[in-house]
Amino acid sequence: MDNRKINIVDTTLRDGSHAVSHSFSPEQVTAIAGGLDKTGVDIIECAHGDGITGSTFNYGFSKYKEMDLINAASKVIKNAKQAILLIPGIGTIEDLEEAYENGARVVRVATHCTEADVGIQHIQAAKKMGMMACGFLMMVHMASPEKLLEQAKIFQEAGADYINLADSAGYLLPDDVKARVDKLVNGLDIPVGFHAHNNLSLAVANSIAAVESGATYIDATCRGLGAGAGNTQIEVLAAVFNRLGYNTGMDMYAIQDVAEEIVEPIMHRPQVIKTAPLMLGYAGVYSSFLLHTYRAAEKFGLNPRDILVELGRRRMVGGQEDMIVDVAYALAQEKNNK
Amino acid sequence: MDKIKVGIIGPGNIGTDLMYKVMRSKYLQMDFMTGIVESEGLKRAAKLGFKTSTEGVKAVAEDPEVKIVFDATLASAHLANAPVLKAAGKIAIDMTPAAVGPYVVPCCNLDEVKDSDNFNMVTCGGQATIPIVNAINEVADVEYAEIVASLSSKSAGPGTRASIDEFTQTTRKGLEIIGHADRAKAIIILNPAEPPVMMCNTIYTLVKNPDEKAIIEAVNKRIKEVQQYVPGYQLRVPPIIDGNKVTVIIQVEGAGDFLPKYSGNLDIINSAAIAVAEKLAAKMLNK
Repeated sequence: MDNRKINIVDTTLRDGSHAVSHSFSPEQVTAIAGGLDKTGVDIIECAHGDGITGSTFNYGFSKYKEMDLINAASKVIKNAKQAILLIPGIGTIEDLEEAYENGARVVRVATHCTEADVGIQHIQAAKKMGMMACGFLMMVHMASPEKLLEQAKIFQEAGADYINLADSAGYLLPDDVKARVDKLVNGLDIPVGFHAHNNLSLAVANSIAAVESGATYIDATCRGLGAGAGNTQIEVLAAVFNRLGYNTGMDMYAIQDVAEEIVEPIMHRPQVIKTAPLMLGYAGVYSSFLLHTYRAAEKFGLNPRDILVELGRRRMVGGQEDMIVDVAYALAQEKNNK
Repeated sequence: MDKIKVGIIGPGNIGTDLMYKVMRSKYLQMDFMTGIVESEGLKRAAKLGFKTSTEGVKAVAEDPEVKIVFDATLASAHLANAPVLKAAGKIAIDMTPAAVGPYVVPCCNLDEVKDSDNFNMVTCGGQATIPIVNAINEVADVEYAEIVASLSSKSAGPGTRASIDEFTQTTRKGLEIIGHADRAKAIIILNPAEPPVMMCNTIYTLVKNPDEKAIIEAVNKRIKEVQQYVPGYQLRVPPIIDGNKVTVIIQVEGAGDFLPKYSGNLDIINSAAIAVAEKLAAKMLNK
């Protein structure tokens, strides 16, 4: 059997924050991070859903100060490494330094999958500070395996410790995942990870495909809490990887209990695949657009599905939440002119 | 003498586009293009009949006829060039984020800083969004301004990419200093879609007096003022007022002088720089 160590990255407190509209409190963070730390997960990510300083009109304001949340997590994380996400163009090296002072020791520098060079300075700064750095390519369905390898190499050369491929739209089918992960595993000198969204109900299947192709870092969240239809459900992943005999080092029962007893009571709604998140996956739209799209649809009297399809057609990338209003306004004008 | 002679340091995309814009100006006379190595940009300028040199700042500083110099190099280079230009009595228009001189956005604060001898052009995102924040602030008092500038990947050169933090930080400062927002945040997005997307800017403000009519009037008036020097500056989404939050979306289509029309980001900062230079030149010419 395969004895590779599969590192599990829990991002309930980062991607999951989208699903609770960035309202995690320091007490909730303490409970979740403290619980997760005892389950054998390797990395616990805590930040605004759109990365540090994502608390804005564009992405939604955090209810509590982000740095207080990072600090609260750091007080209870003893075994795992503590991560943040940083999207260049939103967060800066100055913000990274502040997160480090509050306890973050891993940074995942996230760029659109064709724009890795905007993150070089952040990876280099993190390495200089002694942090672990991950080059995080978003919306990987929009680029070919060859293009992704070229971009991953930019991060590798900047000093990244591993590359994470994010299927931010939850668009990929298992064979698409295999082609991408396989290309990177064979072309890079550093490990490869994968981040799934469950918009097409393939998050666990795609995570299996990634590991079968050589990925050794997998992102997941309790109850699948996350943008769009959510991420890979960590307690399910633990059980499935257990059955497959993968070495994750996770305590299957402990993670089930964190998900059921600590995370589920905090959730605003069950993480199910309704029509709009399904359409995110189908049309290839950034999962974080979901709740903003519901709001715009209501304001402009539109069907969320029509907004999402138009966003996909325009090939909008991660972070362009402002274009939801642009599209909604244009569709509403069109409708009124008919 | 009916035009003021200008020099440009840095014959790259920005410098070359500036050259074409100077050639169309009624107050400015393109005279000298300098770089530090032989390049396509220098050859192009020479072919058009302008003086060229690979001696960078030194060449323009020593030329007695050149009065205004655009520095289209890098922040680090401008820090070295600025004192040389000052000693030679030239007016410097700084296209980099070096910020040796005051920030200037022509429709907002040019009159306040017109006696300076070094002008900083903030950033392309700043030139596109500060006018709107400044206009809204005048009628509604802006507590917080947040802008999202999305550019086509093709229009973001290696300089922008390697200094994305400087872009967001400089734009934020400009929104506060010239936009008069109490606090601000700037976000930049690169979109690789083909055909390339037009430069698009979303401006969110949190205001104290959400007087819809006054805000709409102020924004419309300001757009006309910017259009005086950036004809491709257009409203995509008129002010949406939601409680104390105001959302405006602006698109900038480039003039297509040297750079393609989707590079509205490069066009607006260059057009703003030309507007500054023309104002100074007109004064020198007593017009």
